[in-house]
Amino acid sequence: MKKWQCVVCGFIYDEVAGLPEEGIAPGTRWESIPDDWACPDCGVAKADFEMVAIADAA
Amino acid sequence: MNPITIIGSGLAGYTLAREFRKVDKDTPLVIITADDGRFYSKPMLSNAFASGKTAEQLAMNSAEQMGTQLNSTIFPNKHVSAIDTTQHTIVLDGETLQYFKLVLALGADPIRAELKGDAAEQVLSVNDLQDYARFRRVLTGTKNVAIIGTGLIGCEFANDLVTGGYHVEVIDPGTLPLRRLLPQAVSEAMRDGLSKMGVTWHFGKGAVAINRAGQGYDIELSDSSTLHADVVLSAIGLRPRTSLAQAAGIKVNRGIVTDRMLKTSAENVYALGDCAEVEGLVLPFVMPIMHAARALAKTLIGQTTQVMYPAMPVVIKTPACPVVVSPPPANIPCEWQVTRTEEGVKALCQDTAGKLAGFALAGKATAEKTALTSQLPSLLA
Repeated sequence: MKKWQCVVCGFIYDEVAGLPEEGIAPGTRWESIPDDWACPDCGVAKADFEMVAIADAA
Repeated sequence: MNPITIIGSGLAGYTLAREFRKVDKDTPLVIITADDGRFYSKPMLSNAFASGKTAEQLAMNSAEQMGTQLNSTIFPNKHVSAIDTTQHTIVLDGETLQYFKLVLALGADPIRAELKGDAAEQVLSVNDLQDYARFRRVLTGTKNVAIIGTGLIGCEFANDLVTGGYHVEVIDPGTLPLRRLLPQAVSEAMRDGLSKMGVTWHFGKGAVAINRAGQGYDIELSDSSTLHADVVLSAIGLRPRTSLAQAAGIKVNRGIVTDRMLKTSAENVYALGDCAEVEGLVLPFVMPIMHAARALAKTLIGQTTQVMYPAMPVVIKTPACPVVVSPPPANIPCEWQVTRTEEGVKALCQDTAGKLAGFALAGKATAEKTALTSQLPSLLA
């Protein structure tokens, strides 16, 4: 499981936690998030996210 | 064919270019910028210091890389001195260039406080990557930072610097931080969160004069007290850059005035981002830029598209007290209903019909952002 950071606003997506409030279950891999999803903080589309892996969680 | 020309390489200019290239691979695209043309994360300028990020680390691509990625010609370090909207030309360092369509993505200037004293010019503001590089350089080897202004950027810097080990004093003529955006209870949570981290507030006072004193500065406040600091940072707001448009006869108000198509009063000239006033709204945040860029990209290829703004809550990145706010529209009479728990504050604003018109959340209550946002009406439907 990894954490990913939005390059534009710094939002962090943690695969372990998911985003249950957005309908993304805990444990959802970044690859499995739909392409039309956008960063909840800044609206950057997933395709433009260039999210960077910032850490491998245990 | 004359190019689509974008003036500005901030988030607005580059996001538009990226959206445009998704729908048009070939039309010549020119991006002119007074900066060096590096692409970087603007929101991180006010929260990257404590994590030790240099300007170089915040820059993700050089102007060259952006040019290749966007199949465009980028002119860095160039100033546009004039626009002729009838001839479809701009003047670039004395040279005249033709455009097919022109997009103003000029950004905003930090407002400068009127200060007396022999060091008034030494007050820093951080609004782009070069400012950030300078700020980091100036901070090296210092301990005390004074921040003028308690808006979003002022609070984010206060949090970032105090986390980075600095002694931070914040000056504001008001009574609480972020009072323009937040209801009182959430402002108080922000004040208390940052106080716990060690931030010292000076409310009810303005900075009057800055004078050199030893290696640092003496800041004279309006109650005649004096504060000493090694570095003084001003964060009292932004003013859209409108003078280039105004000189060209384009209508400006607070920002460069546009309609729902992002079109200015001149044919084939558009504006977006911090310089623009779209249907009366000046919104210097990231989310509106994303929506504006997607709509404008389509308009530029002939598919005229209105910009839609959903409710766009603003996230304030202060780990000492995370806050998210969607202010109610100015014309709605609003009474905040405040719920305090040990872990946060939730403030809701309902209109007279009982519908949610805005909210502000602090601490753990920020987890309710998505659920509440879905209940809000669109800003521009």
